[in-house]
Amino acid sequence: MEPDHENAYYEAEGLHPEDEEYNAERTSPQTWFTTLPGHDYYCEVEETYIEDDFNLTGLSAQVPFWKEALEMVLDVEPGTSIPAYTNERHSADQTLHQRYIITKAGLQAMAEKYESGSFGVCPRYNCQSTYVLPCGRSDQPGLDTVKLYCPNCNDIYTPPSSKYQNVDGAFFGTSFPTLFFQTYPEFLSVPFKWYDNPTAAASSTSDNNPSNEPPSSMPTDAYKNTISFPKSPNPHGGTRQPVGKVYEPRIYGFRVSERARSGPRMGWLRDRPVTYDELDKVDWKGRWIGDGPSAGGVSVSSGGGKATEGPAMGGVAGIAERPKVGKGKLFEEEELKENDEEDVSEEEEVKGGATPAS
Amino acid sequence: MGDEYISDSSSDFTDYWIDLFLGIKGNEYFCDIDDEYIRDRFNLTGLNQEVSRLPTLIDIITDLVDIELQPEEHRDALEHNARVLYGLIHARYILTTRGLNKMFEKYRNGDFGYCPRVHCQLHPLLPVGLHDLPRVSSVKLYCSKCEDLYNPKSGRHSVIDGAYFGSSFPAMFLQNFSQAIPTHSAEMYTPKVFGFKLHEYSKLNRWRELQRSHLERRLTSKGIETKNVVGGFTHNAPKENE
Repeated sequence: MEPDHENAYYEAEGLHPEDEEYNAERTSPQTWFTTLPGHDYYCEVEETYIEDDFNLTGLSAQVPFWKEALEMVLDVEPGTSIPAYTNERHSADQTLHQRYIITKAGLQAMAEKYESGSFGVCPRYNCQSTYVLPCGRSDQPGLDTVKLYCPNCNDIYTPPSSKYQNVDGAFFGTSFPTLFFQTYPEFLSVPFKWYDNPTAAASSTSDNNPSNEPPSSMPTDAYKNTISFPKSPNPHGGTRQPVGKVYEPRIYGFRVSERARSGPRMGWLRDRPVTYDELDKVDWKGRWIGDGPSAGGVSVSSGGGKATEGPAMGGVAGIAERPKVGKGKLFEEEELKENDEEDVSEEEEVKGGATPAS
Repeated sequence: MGDEYISDSSSDFTDYWIDLFLGIKGNEYFCDIDDEYIRDRFNLTGLNQEVSRLPTLIDIITDLVDIELQPEEHRDALEHNARVLYGLIHARYILTTRGLNKMFEKYRNGDFGYCPRVHCQLHPLLPVGLHDLPRVSSVKLYCSKCEDLYNPKSGRHSVIDGAYFGSSFPAMFLQNFSQAIPTHSAEMYTPKVFGFKLHEYSKLNRWRELQRSHLERRLTSKGIETKNVVGGFTHNAPKENE
């Protein structure tokens, strides 16, 4: 990311980079440090953690003037003037903070901040204000600024305010969000669509729809509440209900065709499978398991049909059934697919009242 | 919306209502509508159901009548309604050729901001409404690179009615300006612990990658080129080491 571009990003919103103010009257150096503008993502590193030599292994090689920097962090020498060693102090802080937040105490401190929403919310509209977590794209200081990780869409974003442009990503490191959500899986969204879960949908349609209407792929809120959220089979994965759907641009209520150059291309980025099992059907080379070696990946007709048909039909097709659908049935599949898509679009329009004004 | 500029209109008669409106902080997303377009009653069909005293409002917007000459008790309501009317006309105007051209200029200047997604590398955004009816939802921003919706960063922008841009605008915009269609990035964020990928995230990413390759195969079978072209995907990009 080029720096002038990044400035343009912030200036478009009428924001300008703020300068760090050095507060003359400070109490403890850590407290002072976390109150600087843009530093509100940090948590305070306990002094006992810094004093333990074991936690500082290897740091003296990384940070020049290590001893001075450490003394400054711990405020051993109150007489030292700050600007002299600011850079050294900064990188010492970075690495210490990066190490501290993946300890038990650090994770707890960050979890408190996370739950209070200190890190802000995901800018993506369909994530419905999921809280985000700061992370870095590199563990080495000075390479990239802090980014925000959203546990719902599993993506990283630039922070909304320019004051975080001063914050190095190495303060958090690349491993922090992953370890955080391993420790607190209740904040991480499961990798499948819960409202499309066929078993849940089937069981609740029999209770709620006496008229034997086919289960819709986008149930109403009342309908959603009757379904108990299925647990993820992965004991180490997230347990949160995923929110949001995939946006499709429309002209006067009509979707743009896939064949158009401006047609939809990125639906896969935010999509999730209907069931958890479907994830297991993709092998490590990125092929459907059971497609057979002759296919050499996925064949054009059967593969394409399955990809869209699977989630739309909401059927629990077994692994063995998958290859049977396909070859020579291209037209039939496309018809099926289009019918389903029309159903979905109609429902969305009714639900949102998105009728063109003129 | 800030009201600090209303008082200025009384002192400075040379200013046009539209210019004052566009100058208000938070109205950066709007473009200038031609007077002829506003005066053509055909373009305003159905709008009298949304605002009252439509002819007066048109005269105010096109500066035929000064709002200061109106009775004082009506002034606030008239000013408010004039803004609503301008927004609703704006939604129609930006779908016309001239409106689209003006919005393209604003898009190129980055007036709508840039995509916050890291892998989109600051792609310019487009405003979009989720509904065409006023007072339903606020304006959202559409990124044509990741084809997703984002909330405006500034609170001033997030209170603008989405109906002032309409739900058809981004798709219409990209239909018209093929030069604005990006080459999509196939990159995904891979969370790692000490350099190691995690099982569940990797499975989800593989699944998504498979969906994408299915889409590409489907398009290729219909004779549509997808590799490194506009409207396709960036290929052979060096794998990022995160």
